[in-house]
Amino acid sequence: MTAPLLAAEGLTLRFGAIPALLDVAIDVAEGEVVAIVGESGSGKTTLLRVLSGMMTPDAGTVRWLGDDVHAMGEAARRRLMRTAWGFVHQNPRDGLRLAVSAGGNVGERLMAVGARHYGNIRAEALSWLAKVEIDGHRIDDLPRTFSGGMQQRLQIARTLVTRPRLVFMDEPTGGLDVSVQARLLDLIRSLSRELGLSVLIVTHDIAAARLLADRILVMRRGRVVEQGLTDRVLDDPQHPYTQLLVSSVLAA
Amino acid sequence: MTPALRTEGLAKAFTLHLQGGTHIPVLSGIDLAVRPGECVALWGPSGAGKSTLMRCLYGNYGAGSGRIILRHRGRDIDLAAADPRDVIEARRETLGYVSQFLRVIPRVATRDIVAEPMITRGVPREEALARATALLRRLNLPDRLHGLPPATFSGGEQQRVNLARGFAPGYPVLLLDEPTASLDAANRAGVIALINEAKAQGAAIVGIFHDAEVREAVADRLFDVLPVQDAA
Repeated sequence: MTAPLLAAEGLTLRFGAIPALLDVAIDVAEGEVVAIVGESGSGKTTLLRVLSGMMTPDAGTVRWLGDDVHAMGEAARRRLMRTAWGFVHQNPRDGLRLAVSAGGNVGERLMAVGARHYGNIRAEALSWLAKVEIDGHRIDDLPRTFSGGMQQRLQIARTLVTRPRLVFMDEPTGGLDVSVQARLLDLIRSLSRELGLSVLIVTHDIAAARLLADRILVMRRGRVVEQGLTDRVLDDPQHPYTQLLVSSVLAA
Repeated sequence: MTPALRTEGLAKAFTLHLQGGTHIPVLSGIDLAVRPGECVALWGPSGAGKSTLMRCLYGNYGAGSGRIILRHRGRDIDLAAADPRDVIEARRETLGYVSQFLRVIPRVATRDIVAEPMITRGVPREEALARATALLRRLNLPDRLHGLPPATFSGGEQQRVNLARGFAPGYPVLLLDEPTASLDAANRAGVIALINEAKAQGAAIVGIFHDAEVREAVADRLFDVLPVQDAA
């Protein structure tokens, strides 16, 4: 097996007396989709924030290609976030610039990594809008005129246009209608396969995790209580909490 | 000949934590071996653990104890102990599974569902789609359905989509859980032909076939799966 892209161990973080993460280890290999599931307050979003360098743990390390993410300094981390990493927020308004056109939102990320030719940037933006099924005629419209599902797809286009190697996703289908969720899941899956992306996705949607993820980690009260092959964890859960979680899902 | 898939002392039990820790032993001491070109039918009463054994062989259920040894890339890997990433690789290249029910992303067209495992094995997209179409036609699924997602299909149609998806890549080892349960006689005959062709090409097949006609037409031998005596 090749070395993982991202490798974390011993992650612990407390908010006052409340442990948000307790001795969490996780790694993500090239081209792999890993899901983190668990109830609200289990620490899954905190884990995503620590892994992506947005929060600093009390203990433990996160390494990207061997480099300590929390020791590399703010500038290096921001560069990573612009190039090798992407982050898709639950609320698309946290990942988009609402006062900038749809095309601008996509083109901006390209310019941040050095693209300068206006025609090329616009062509690339158009091609990405098409990939996420947004009509090219909307390229000059502001994202606030878009529906929630369209905004989320625009955020994905904005994130993927620079061809990151690893994308962090925090409940990407969270606030969306069920009909839109399925389309978005298919989009995330096909794009990650096509581009060979690694994806680390936080979700409380077990069915989404089953369809998207190669591996799954189940979190409860800051700990990883069970992990492994997605279908095995969901079909043959060992930990009492995983059994509860899986048996509580409506069959679909 | 070296078996393509074998188990040694495989055992499986379930512990139901939500039911007061009830312990249910299902399999114990299973020693099964399947050689390339051979089809073994699991045989035993309902509830004896045939489907559980199939799921263990695919790695869908974790083995309680024992080994599940798969011939993969010219070497043996123990699926009972392998890293999830190695299980995924083995499933992509070596080990196929046709379950009774189709489970796919909503809104994806049937043709793409069938082509997907070929594409992930490196078959060019156009070629994979062409093979998917040919196999779906062979299984009598009309062309007008190929572009539709299978969610609204009948049970028999969904089963044929599942079969096409399982047979298209040409896996060296194939697990079939009641592949003809929802099919009429004409389609059963089509599946029998597919299974025998796969065997002729060297595939090792383990199946559960409740249909006696199908079983007799494809199975080289039976493997008894008997209920585990209640330990308690």
